[in-house]
Amino acid sequence: MIEYDYLKPGSLAEVLSLLKEYGPKAALIAGGTDVMVKIRNTKKSPDVLISLRELKDLQYIKKNSGYHIGALTTHRMLEQSEMVQKELAALHEGASRIGSVQVRNVATLGGNICNAAPSADTAGPLLVLDATVVLEGPEGRRSVPIAEFFTGTYKTVCQAEEVVVELEIPSEMEQFGSAYWKHSRRKAMNLPILGVAVALKLGDGDEISDARIGLTVAAPTPVRAYKAEEFLKGKPLNDDVLAEAGKIAASPDCCSPRDSLRCESWYRCEIIETYVARMGRLAAERIKESS
Amino acid sequence: MKKVTVSFTLNKDAVTAEVPVTWTLLKTLREYFELTGAKEGCGVGECGACTVIVDGEAVNSCLYPIFEIEGKSVTTIEGLANEDGTLNPIQQAFLENNGVQCGFCTSGMIMSAKGLLDHNPDPTEGEIRSSIAGNFCRCTGYVQIVEAIDMAAKTLK
Repeated sequence: MIEYDYLKPGSLAEVLSLLKEYGPKAALIAGGTDVMVKIRNTKKSPDVLISLRELKDLQYIKKNSGYHIGALTTHRMLEQSEMVQKELAALHEGASRIGSVQVRNVATLGGNICNAAPSADTAGPLLVLDATVVLEGPEGRRSVPIAEFFTGTYKTVCQAEEVVVELEIPSEMEQFGSAYWKHSRRKAMNLPILGVAVALKLGDGDEISDARIGLTVAAPTPVRAYKAEEFLKGKPLNDDVLAEAGKIAASPDCCSPRDSLRCESWYRCEIIETYVARMGRLAAERIKESS
Repeated sequence: MKKVTVSFTLNKDAVTAEVPVTWTLLKTLREYFELTGAKEGCGVGECGACTVIVDGEAVNSCLYPIFEIEGKSVTTIEGLANEDGTLNPIQQAFLENNGVQCGFCTSGMIMSAKGLLDHNPDPTEGEIRSSIAGNFCRCTGYVQIVEAIDMAAKTLK
């Protein structure tokens, strides 16, 4: 049994000063659905848990020259937000498919990305929505593009003295359609075997003017499939083009899925190839629905 | 072992408990308050046998650190029946629809159903199934449970 103490700071300033004082001996806890499991499995043994639950002012979904989502916003809040469902569809699909209602009621968006699992269900959507992670630390605020946030499996650029406070999504994402596919054996209570997120923007005459593809469980971190995105830009939207983008996304130029207990690499590549095309089609349909 | 003193509302009563800091809400309910309706199945938020309502929302009490419960309101299965002993309509519907076999998942199942019906009095079958997706039952095959929640929704309306 791991022994630990707890602290419940009432403000972000207090959290930062406690992080400075305790350093790596402390662990932050928000919803606790990852932290408590790791403590129980003795994968984590902090001397002190610093609770973020009192920081209610970091729980919000706002639209104000871009979208702003507080780090302590729960998955359930994202799932129940009509704005997220309509305008950030991929994120809605990612947040709604995590765990169960009980988990989504407490688990936070900031927690999901800071845990940095290669399978994180919000990571693919945030990648294609071009999100920026806002961190606060002793030196003040800094912003990191989500594509540079993950540095390894369960590793991020967030330093021991820093806290993720917000996810920002640029207002231009309004003009994109997006979609996320979580490939799993069950409909709930499951990690994805593979995750595919796609965001598309269409120009005149159904030409793809911009494209982003995010893959999870396809590499040690969530990744963008840049080469497949480049291929799509300027091409007409049709099944052949989307199928070719799927092939490129599934190639070693874009991903490096591994063999694991849950799935072998070759099958993961087949899912990428198939679902990049399908999610591209769905993302494009969503642009047309909203316009 | 360092202890924490927490005050909160438990099934409408104001309570205070002094327990080790590392205890979860589930452990406190079972070991300190001797309310053994909520069960520990997996202990890691997978099975839902420990589901209780905190401030109106269903949560896994096995993952809820006790120090986070200060000032909150907790409802467990023991808080559902009326004072005269008559059952809550959800409990009654589980009985009438054979939604209970071994009973281990039942408390959590009913609390998840309550979490759903308190917010959504007229759920679709899909919404019922989604609300109990985090509650494992190894006996019933879920059909009678879904029927029970549907019946409870109709009774409550």
